Amino acid sequence: MSGALVVLAPGLHTTIQDRGRFGYQAFGVPVSGALDAECLEIANRLAGNAPETPALEMLYQGPTLEVETDSVRVAIAGAGAEIELLGASNRRLGGWRSITLARGERFRVQGLAAACAYLTVSGGMAVAPVLGSASTFARGGFGGWHGRALQAGDRLPLGRDSAEERGELALPDPPGPGLDRPIRLVLGPQQDHFAEAALDTLLTAEFTVSQQADRMGLRLDGPTLPHRGDYNIVSDGIATGAIQVPGSGQPILLLADHQTTGGYPKIATVISADLPLVGRRRPGDRVRFAAVGIAEAERLRRAERAALDALLAKVTPLRAEGRLDLDRLFGANLISGVVFDNP
Amino acid sequence: MSIRVLNSGDTALVVEFGDRIDRAISDRVLALRGRVDAARIPGVVETVPTFRSLMVHYDPLTVRAAELTGTLKTLLEGAKALDRVRRLWRVPVCYEAELAPDLADVAARTRLGPDEVVRLHSSVRYHVYMVGFLPGYPYMGDLPAPLRLPRRADPRVRVPPGSVAIATAMTAIYPVECPGGWHLIGTTPIGIFDTATEPPALFAPGDAVEFEPIDRATFDRLQVRTAHGEHRPLPSELVP
Repeated sequence: MSGALVVLAPGLHTTIQDRGRFGYQAFGVPVSGALDAECLEIANRLAGNAPETPALEMLYQGPTLEVETDSVRVAIAGAGAEIELLGASNRRLGGWRSITLARGERFRVQGLAAACAYLTVSGGMAVAPVLGSASTFARGGFGGWHGRALQAGDRLPLGRDSAEERGELALPDPPGPGLDRPIRLVLGPQQDHFAEAALDTLLTAEFTVSQQADRMGLRLDGPTLPHRGDYNIVSDGIATGAIQVPGSGQPILLLADHQTTGGYPKIATVISADLPLVGRRRPGDRVRFAAVGIAEAERLRRAERAALDALLAKVTPLRAEGRLDLDRLFGANLISGVVFDNP
Repeated sequence: MSIRVLNSGDTALVVEFGDRIDRAISDRVLALRGRVDAARIPGVVETVPTFRSLMVHYDPLTVRAAELTGTLKTLLEGAKALDRVRRLWRVPVCYEAELAPDLADVAARTRLGPDEVVRLHSSVRYHVYMVGFLPGYPYMGDLPAPLRLPRRADPRVRVPPGSVAIATAMTAIYPVECPGGWHLIGTTPIGIFDTATEPPALFAPGDAVEFEPIDRATFDRLQVRTAHGEHRPLPSELVP
């Protein structure tokens, strides 16, 4: 039997996600994929993986896992998310870093300060892609781990039996989740189905993410966005980030697992540069919108990519050099499983 | 209505041909889709045809909206009609009462007998306008006018997979168990969505579909063969 991570507690909704499943939307298959593609990529860089390697996406609350292989290197990215080693050596090991764990060690991910965070494994998990992607589409029951969120007792097979001998990596000065930043959008494609007042409201009012929030979308509480006429349209396509407004006038911001087509008018669409900001919002978080033109949206996407590349370039070996960081030093020693834990 | 190219954020363009369900519009949508897919435009990720529009998903780091809009407008010239070979599927359907929970109700509401509902439903060749709502869910039309009813007032929480359903001018097959508000007038023993096959959905937009009434014994036999992977229908070709 190959090595594995055993799920002791699954968290709230922990699924395997990569960048998504492309090429099947014409067959009604949603793209799925990470809600926060930036943090997925950072986690994979910290683990030394290719950027698109499938990882565990942890929504709201992280899982508790046990190492059932000689050693495994994992990496974690996401605001607030920390690895806490359980048992006699109970210790918080911080976030935005890789860490190597030994057989029998138990750890959990805690402290999520945004809706989602990512845990990835060096060498990946041994999960077969479905339709070209390892992303879980839970509503359809396929992809990822048996098409569903993790459950206690699951045994996630690993691509490698032991961790490569090398130092750990960390991201110094990680970015905040940007929960207070306005979300930029491009109006349309159906803004002409709305009264002028609805467009004003969209761009000036404050909305709150309601309890009805999942990987399909965020229903927003706040003022209603009245339609100009009929609120049903003949179905057309949906892009991730589209803000559709059903008859109630309450907008729904559509995320990774959204349906491929739909029959409600879409007043605006969040720009791709800001999709990670949206993916991080939790129920109760506030949302404000600002409109940009398409050329500005394209410039912002290039700027976001450049900023992410600059951030990835800052990933450095985790060493106890210069300023002595005891916590990290202990962590770095502990991970080899030699200094403190082995008798 | 003139053709419009609309931005849907910075990752998709919508080429909108109309605002209604119309076979001529669908043919133009599908013709453009064929040309866009064949052109293999750098940055275009995938295309999604719907009743009235073609959504072109793209990578904004590879191609910009203004440039792609220009390319699509060039491809629109000459993409007037569906000029390709279409696939024709003959789908077996058992319309017997235990597999058709709403047939009696539809017969009553349309003032047609159940036999006439079945005869009408299986008398025409349908066009797959689009696949959406759920993976593999085909929107097929147009339903003969006497069969057109609004959706059920009380949607079902669970519709069994394979259910053949009607509502408004459309007929469809539920690929998996799910909630649904259409009228269930039959069941097909064939599977129409399977992630282990490529492509995963039996029907693609632009396909033609005919329904063939079968009795319960035939249904049971085909269902067993489907479950064992021994029966997957093959389409014939419709040359324009």
